[in-house]
Amino acid sequence: MKANAPVKINRPLHWFAIATAIATFLLLGAGGLVTSHEAGMSVPDWPNSYGYNVFAFPISKWTGGIFYEHTHRLWASVVGLMTTILATWLWRKDSRKWMKWLGIVAFLFVVAQGVLGGLRVTMKMDSLGIFHGVVAQTFFVLMCTIAFFTSGAWQKIFENKISIVPRGLRNHFLFVTILIFLQLILGATMRHQHAGLAISDFPLAHGKIWPDTNPDAIARYNAERMEATNVNPITAFQVVLQMFHRIVALVIFAGVAAAVGLSVKRLGKKDSLTKLAFFWLALIILQIALGIATIWTNKAADVATAHVLVGALSLVTGALWCIIAFARSAKSPETQNETFGAFGTFAANK
Amino acid sequence: MKNLSNFLLAAVLMAMPVARAADIVGTITFKGTPPAEIPLTQMEDNADCMAMHKETPTTHHYVVGKNGEFGNVTVYLKGMDGKSTGASAAPAVLDQKGCLYEPTILAVQTGQKIIVKNSDDCIHNVHAIPSPTSGNQEVNDPQQPGGADLSYSFPKPEMFLKFQCDVHPWMFAWVSVFDHPYFCVSGADGKFVIKNVPPGKYTIVAAHRKAGEQTQEVEVKDGNATVNFTFAAK
Repeated sequence: MKANAPVKINRPLHWFAIATAIATFLLLGAGGLVTSHEAGMSVPDWPNSYGYNVFAFPISKWTGGIFYEHTHRLWASVVGLMTTILATWLWRKDSRKWMKWLGIVAFLFVVAQGVLGGLRVTMKMDSLGIFHGVVAQTFFVLMCTIAFFTSGAWQKIFENKISIVPRGLRNHFLFVTILIFLQLILGATMRHQHAGLAISDFPLAHGKIWPDTNPDAIARYNAERMEATNVNPITAFQVVLQMFHRIVALVIFAGVAAAVGLSVKRLGKKDSLTKLAFFWLALIILQIALGIATIWTNKAADVATAHVLVGALSLVTGALWCIIAFARSAKSPETQNETFGAFGTFAANK
Repeated sequence: MKNLSNFLLAAVLMAMPVARAADIVGTITFKGTPPAEIPLTQMEDNADCMAMHKETPTTHHYVVGKNGEFGNVTVYLKGMDGKSTGASAAPAVLDQKGCLYEPTILAVQTGQKIIVKNSDDCIHNVHAIPSPTSGNQEVNDPQQPGGADLSYSFPKPEMFLKFQCDVHPWMFAWVSVFDHPYFCVSGADGKFVIKNVPPGKYTIVAAHRKAGEQTQEVEVKDGNATVNFTFAAK
């Protein structure tokens, strides 16, 4: 096959990749509900469920927190199966060597994620829960990019004469996307403290712009909180963590707003990347609203889970923007079929 | 002559005052109105649990009687570590009844067995979460309805070690572990008794998870010693 020959779109493969990405998004929601309902440890054993094979656990026993944790495990099995099928399909039918290996990476990722989730339960380690949450969103980004790489839209980048995206603009978007990823880590760390809301008011924090975190203040916060669920006591670390989460949210908003302005200026309003940037800004505004609502609703499970999902969409949007921008700017777009695709030439010419 | 010596010795000994172990007793009161308890609204989504209640139960962070009697306060002597008799002590019992822990505040010795029962017709998981620095191990075990009692003990002292059920996230209890037998939990009438305290001077602590902690000095000499505590609304 000639290096510059366009890749034939495999529509069934593409639609299956989309279905797998959607299934992964739903799994993010299911996993988010587990943590939002503090149900992560409600099924003490793994890979079985209360001694039953995971596929044979009676529905009559899916009560309380077990419902969320167990259905999460079942849906994870579905996503694992779909990922395996997708990886096999890519290996056998996609002519691009790098796409074949990307499918293998996806398979290894989903296996690792399943094991991580199981170990979190059997080893009773909250830190593994944080890792499991972060890997989940990274895996979602991977599945969305695979779906994109199998699409006609990806091919069109190389077939049409589209303007290069200036390096400064690309780097700005990349920086903000990385910041969103760091914010995701902060958020996952907060959620897996299992301490409820360390700061229960907004826009102030314990009645101040910056809350007291001395031992007496922390003792007061715990004394005043009349918890109706089994949350852990508030610590100074958690209070500071939430404050950083709020600050980084503001920085992200400023970064995305600037990204929109820069896109309009450098690419023009009609460019598809500019439109994507506007969509990104809308997501960030929604995400901030959901973050505030999480506090004002005392961490209502559905609101907190929606906050997780919109965070994932924000990360994916930034990642896809960067991929498209970097692909458009590769010096020799005809070489996109070589081992590392468009990025191979891009890297060689850096 | 020998018998006379023995008689005189016995008479002298009987005449001397002999200090014996005694109890420290007292009453704990709460002045003012405690914060309102919170309805366990999450239970309303669980038909199995709600079937065991006429109305939605509330939290019990403060157990305060009509005349200010303050229950569920953990009272203990400070600085008595190393005197645990937990291994031979009768087991303490923590029951899961109506999808709630009974009692919610418990105190045991290091090495003392805690028997956890499931008196409900539904699954619970028994998840004990010690402080990361205490040296006690986290446990998480399933417990089927009508299933066998579970048994735990903790080797290190720790205040307010949390027991929870993740199937029913409104279920929690707090167990304090002491390395000695000189502690108790005040009853609903506010009264407490720490039994068989050797003669001496002690620091006694009354600790409540929300109302805070108070200390007093007490001396056990001849007979029971009495110490009262008063907590106030903030």
